[in-house]
Amino acid sequence: MANKFIVATAPHMHSPFSTQKLMRDVLIALIPAFALSILVCGLDALRVTAIAVASCVLVEYLIQKFLFGGKQTVSNLSAVVTGVLLAFNLPANIAWWIVVIGAVVAIGVAKMTFGGLGRNPFNPALVGRVFLLIAYPAQMTSFPAPIYPDYVDAFAGATPLAALKAHAIEVGDANLLNMFAGVMPGSMGEIAAAALLAGGIYMIWRKVITWHIPVAVLGSMAVFAFVVAMVQGGVSPLLYELPVFHLLAGGAMLGAIFMATDYVTSPMTSKGMIIYGVGIGVITMIIRQWGAYPEGMSFAILLMNAVAPLINKYVKPRRFGMASKK
Amino acid sequence: MKTFPIGGVHPSDNKEWSCNKSIEVLELPDVVNIPLAQHIGAPATAKVAKGDKVLTGQLIAEATGFMSANIHSPISGTVTAVDMQPNGQGMRQMMITIKREGDEWMPEIDRSSEIKRQCSLESAEIISKIKQAGIVGMGGATFPTHVKLSIPDGCKAEYLIINGVECEPYLTSDYRTMLERGEELLVGVEILKKALNVEKAIVGVENNKPDAIALLRKIVKEKNFAVVIEPLKVQYPQGGEKQLIAAVTGREVPPPPGLPIHVGAVVCNASTTLAVYEAVQKNKPLIERVVTITGKQLKEPRNLLTRMGTPIATLVEKAGGLPEGDVKVVNGGPMMGRAMVNIDSPVTKGCSGVTVYSGSEVYRMEPSACIKCAKCIEACPMALEPYLISKLAKKQMWDRLEEEHITDCIECGCCQFTCPAGIALLDYVRLGKQTVMGIIRARAAANAPKK
Repeated sequence: MANKFIVATAPHMHSPFSTQKLMRDVLIALIPAFALSILVCGLDALRVTAIAVASCVLVEYLIQKFLFGGKQTVSNLSAVVTGVLLAFNLPANIAWWIVVIGAVVAIGVAKMTFGGLGRNPFNPALVGRVFLLIAYPAQMTSFPAPIYPDYVDAFAGATPLAALKAHAIEVGDANLLNMFAGVMPGSMGEIAAAALLAGGIYMIWRKVITWHIPVAVLGSMAVFAFVVAMVQGGVSPLLYELPVFHLLAGGAMLGAIFMATDYVTSPMTSKGMIIYGVGIGVITMIIRQWGAYPEGMSFAILLMNAVAPLINKYVKPRRFGMASKK
Repeated sequence: MKTFPIGGVHPSDNKEWSCNKSIEVLELPDVVNIPLAQHIGAPATAKVAKGDKVLTGQLIAEATGFMSANIHSPISGTVTAVDMQPNGQGMRQMMITIKREGDEWMPEIDRSSEIKRQCSLESAEIISKIKQAGIVGMGGATFPTHVKLSIPDGCKAEYLIINGVECEPYLTSDYRTMLERGEELLVGVEILKKALNVEKAIVGVENNKPDAIALLRKIVKEKNFAVVIEPLKVQYPQGGEKQLIAAVTGREVPPPPGLPIHVGAVVCNASTTLAVYEAVQKNKPLIERVVTITGKQLKEPRNLLTRMGTPIATLVEKAGGLPEGDVKVVNGGPMMGRAMVNIDSPVTKGCSGVTVYSGSEVYRMEPSACIKCAKCIEACPMALEPYLISKLAKKQMWDRLEEEHITDCIECGCCQFTCPAGIALLDYVRLGKQTVMGIIRARAAANAPKK
């Protein structure tokens, strides 16, 4: 018999999951938000995304080739995901070289310094974004007005959160439906709550992520806003307007669905994920309510990234058989 | 629909290759090799020597102590050797070789197909007959059945659970047995109930076998059996002993040294239950079993009633031979089976199937970095953290491994099955578990009062 017998220990079967396929599903989930950003921000959205993706992939490729050696890792698509997420956190009219700097910080500093995929303690795209926000505050906070459709400038060029912080608007002035559909100024990927939600549902359906983190983040934000509204105005329309406003404004949806759920930097157990999600929601609302910045999602996620290893150490699953049964 | 409480995965069940093939009787082998160790516990002690004549069903090796099992000759003929022979993994172990001459059975064995329902034996007599017949768990674990039925002091059996789940993909031997030998199997359940002195008997069947569920229910109703047929959700490892108990009774077996009996449950595999029927009612020892020979690339997958000791190669030939090129031949199913290098090795009591893979399926995925996706935690039916314990095992941190409950691992393979990075999680977990169990045993021995 000319057969060669291959031996290995069980299991001899593998699920259809692979890192590359999971990343591809994340990219598919980002398509609706990407399409909407082009619709609202014009072809600039395409330009910024292309530059971000290309530079992220290139930086990872070069570091792998010249510093790490060994097998190339860009085919796992994680750098592409980082690129898209970085672009989604930028204004659509930003200069190309700022995007490139963001990519170098995201991949070069935040990811490859620690040894590449799986080892980075902080979300690379967010490290890139926060670096740019601090280094180029002016460019990072001037957003183009939406080009679609018959946009009425309720916020005078500022994001809803910035307008609220500057007391330029009341929450009641905001057109929540427009915000839900993404017709507002903001970073190109974060404006489209409806599209981001669709992507989130797709990822949960495909078992790329579980519901725990997004629900914990958004739920804790809503509860926080509800309490604030209660304290400020008692029983009033604000009780539902403020929570909805906060969920739709700024990076809430993008952060809760795509950034906080980053595998590498989030906790491993479902209990841990809920603690982490609530932490993000609460810190975000504290910054939004009392901080110097109008938006706190990026900072909140990065802070909780730092706590994730601690959560992993102390929050354990309920082991089978440990619940004492009668 | 009932299922176990934590984790689990959904591998494609691949049962379509063999599930519609009726059980066929495989031609008798000319030579059989019978390993003395084909059960958990001490290897049996050979009672025959070279040159001895034996009959089909004759005792050829006796249980060595309580935790062991008798072995009987599956054919009649002459013993040609009692010697070391390579097993499926190529490791040499003691086997009795018998050359066949005709097929002459021990006279007390009832070979008629008449179904004998009446059983007037007492519990102890039933257990003794089961022990005599050398019956062990035929789902793969090969735990001696008489040991399972001997309830330790201070424990009480409340539930008899028959494992007809067959959650392991590809395999269909229990399924065909339930379909074709349903009534005898149910008589077996009655006998086991009597042996254990329990009221409740439940047959758990995964819901991908609706015809088996319907048939068993029909027999239960028409012939008045006091047995519940419980359909279970299709989810691996539904047939894991602890998972099955939790699914059926809602009770969780405590971590080792916790045993099923500590929650009042005794689990017995479906094929084993049929063997119990045959042993008690027909005086027939465990000398043959149904083996599924299957694989996507096999020409003729089958369910074969096979005498123990038949070379696995005979089954492979019967299924149309191995496919071209690199192959993986697994004793058992894809999730927990053992890959073989030597297919001339014999069918044993725990061999419920042989699965054959070829093409890209035989290779493992190229491993890449752990992305901490937590899918292994989500999949683990024991709620362990496979990513962590495999890493700790790699680093040989045995104390930490014990704290992280590594000995709870049932080695079902869900973690490695699901890992998108293709990491060989279970390899390290197994290594860690074996080492930690060794440490625990050594500690217990050191702390034991000196005689």
